[in-house]
Amino acid sequence: MKKKIESPAELTRLQSELKGRIDPAQPCIAICAGTGCMAYGTQKIVDRFREEIQARGLEGQVAFRTTGCHGFCEKGPMVVIHPDRIFYQRIGIDDVPEIIEKTVLGQEVIERLLYKDPVTKQRIVHEHEVPFYGRQMRLVFGSNGLIEPTSIEDYLAIGGYSALAKAIGGMAPQAVIDAVITAKLRGRGGGGFPTGWKWDATRKAEGDPKYVICNADEGDPGAYMDRSLLEGNPHSVLEGMIIGAYAIGSSHGYIYVRNEYPLAVKNITLAIEQARDLGLVGENILGSGFSFDILINRGGGAFVCGESSALFASIEGRAGEPRAKYVHATDKGLYDKPTCLNNVETWANVPLIIDKGADWYAGIGTENSKGTKIFSLVGKINNTGLVEVPMGITLREIVYDIGGGIPKGRKFKAVQTGGPSGGCIPEAHLDSPVDFDELTKLGSMMGSGGMIVMDDRNCMVDVAKYFLAFLEGESCGKCTPCREGILQMRKILERICQGEGRMEDLDTLQWMGQAIADGSLCALGGSAPNPVLTTIRYFRDEYEAHIKDKKCPAGVCKALITFSVDPEACTGCRACARVCPTEAATGKKKEVHTIDAAKCIKCGACFEACKFDAIKIA
Amino acid sequence: MEAKIAEIVSKYQSNPGFLVPILQDVQKAFNYLPREALQEVGTQLKVPISRIFEVATFYKAFSLTPRGRHQMHLCVGTACHVRGAAMIGDGIERVLEIKAGETTADLEFTFETVNCLGACALGPVLVVDEEYHGQMTLAKANKILNKLGKKVVSDEEED
Repeated sequence: MKKKIESPAELTRLQSELKGRIDPAQPCIAICAGTGCMAYGTQKIVDRFREEIQARGLEGQVAFRTTGCHGFCEKGPMVVIHPDRIFYQRIGIDDVPEIIEKTVLGQEVIERLLYKDPVTKQRIVHEHEVPFYGRQMRLVFGSNGLIEPTSIEDYLAIGGYSALAKAIGGMAPQAVIDAVITAKLRGRGGGGFPTGWKWDATRKAEGDPKYVICNADEGDPGAYMDRSLLEGNPHSVLEGMIIGAYAIGSSHGYIYVRNEYPLAVKNITLAIEQARDLGLVGENILGSGFSFDILINRGGGAFVCGESSALFASIEGRAGEPRAKYVHATDKGLYDKPTCLNNVETWANVPLIIDKGADWYAGIGTENSKGTKIFSLVGKINNTGLVEVPMGITLREIVYDIGGGIPKGRKFKAVQTGGPSGGCIPEAHLDSPVDFDELTKLGSMMGSGGMIVMDDRNCMVDVAKYFLAFLEGESCGKCTPCREGILQMRKILERICQGEGRMEDLDTLQWMGQAIADGSLCALGGSAPNPVLTTIRYFRDEYEAHIKDKKCPAGVCKALITFSVDPEACTGCRACARVCPTEAATGKKKEVHTIDAAKCIKCGACFEACKFDAIKIA
Repeated sequence: MEAKIAEIVSKYQSNPGFLVPILQDVQKAFNYLPREALQEVGTQLKVPISRIFEVATFYKAFSLTPRGRHQMHLCVGTACHVRGAAMIGDGIERVLEIKAGETTADLEFTFETVNCLGACALGPVLVVDEEYHGQMTLAKANKILNKLGKKVVSDEEED
């Protein structure tokens, strides 16, 4: 076992020693090995790099790091070659020898692997010059590309755990809380509650032990920043938690993480062990007399367990049902003891505040939303990935400048924020600044940071129905308005999508939505109607098209569309006939094909197979 | 079975607070949660069987029936949904003749939908026996099924 660090000064010495071991001029290949890139087959490329480095006897001369998620998931597999930060995207196994030969050893840039700007058509050499990265402010997420998540030495070498040394070495617990209050940090999990106030209330509450918990039950479909932080920089989350525990006076911590995130579970488990070995977690941390230990609890795949009291129930080994909130978790939370629950990203912001100062932090962002926020920019967008931006940036900048706009030149329709609790924001509001309060004003919310872009081929009634179906399945069933109300609203939407809607349905949906929100104990029911209410507010014409004209303008709702062949475009290639499961699409070779509407089940196979855009959906 | 469960339970210091992770490990060991295994967990943790069933039926990750040799998980997170995951799900259900969440009678395939795998850039994503397949299409899904031994009926005539 390694020797424990016994004082903040000793920690600082270790940091500078580790930093000194790194030669900044030495070439280093950093490959993204986040879940997204691994799904592209990055493991084989990693193996190939290792073989190649070994075969050429370059160990010791060329560093190779498998890092966490870099964020630009659209362009994986990707490597960044330091110290110049040359950025290669969509690389393959066969590119590996050439990268080492030409770029690492020969200082030569390989043109074809560079990112090509879709607007200027120019190849871009350096990572920071790529517009996707250039417009971001990567304070929390930026270290992901620099360190191996499984190496505490890497984290220490970039100054990790300095904030912990500073807090324990020279700040009283109340001073730490005051710094977080002054920084105006707000909860990144969705609620946006001021973090410092929560800490203060937990510190002042009566009861022993006190718990701090990290909420990593990232259930929002379309959001994965918490996973990428836990995978890519687990020590930053851990450091935040230890500082929080010190400030609050807590001796026990939990990390509640989705079991669907195996790499995150693995990396955070390892991080805790490493921190324990060095005496950063456990008894008498840094010789201060303060003791704190952390356990990991894996979730069971229930969305509602992201809600505080349901999460506590789950950690206690029970079904995850929320309870009424007139008693705050800060007074009676887990096992009825004072509990401070914060989200992964919130914890990861804490070391920054302590390290660089509350005033520095409060200088970033808007009046009441400080710092940065990580969004997962997904859906119909050119540059899919994780983006970290200062609060107050506009939606337009995110979608167009960072995201690169909508693929295939299609028309932007809406951006959905806040997951199933949020809403769809139309083009008219694209210039709104993004912060907690502005998004709420638009009828949506910040949520955990999912940002799903939709184009003119997405039906807003279908999207509303999608979220209700999701919530219907995830409602724990405790409150009747949520359990039964969401079901009924979904049935009404189902009917509208079938072409059997009535105009009064829109009023029914609105008052039912209000009743569900009012009659539910937790935020799942409380915000469930949002996707329906915002789509009615901003896209009423689409609902009316379904109800009055029996048409789905986006061509999504099966009952309201028909498939046909455009005789002008059809070349008679038989691609559609070959894939049609019901023999509805037929035709002789080199003759115009037809689709028999009576046989067609509208599965979309012919549309997908046609290379000539000849299948029309109307 | 008793020994295996004792091994899992002791990993969590017989702490009933870790019931959910314990059941996850049990499911991993037996492919599903057999009734006898749940009873054994209850005995060893000194937790009533009713509580164990409450938890085993509440959380989505648990299955009380045997699962297929091949596990197919289709991501239906929002990003995958807006890129047409529903259409692919319909296609797989049609070919396997089961609904999402079910297992084929020959215990070859289990098809499930999952909420979000966080691989949104690759959407729609289909995970087959823990291997990720991105940018899924109906044609690609059929090819995968074919490879796993499920003959997909299609009009293959040569003309």
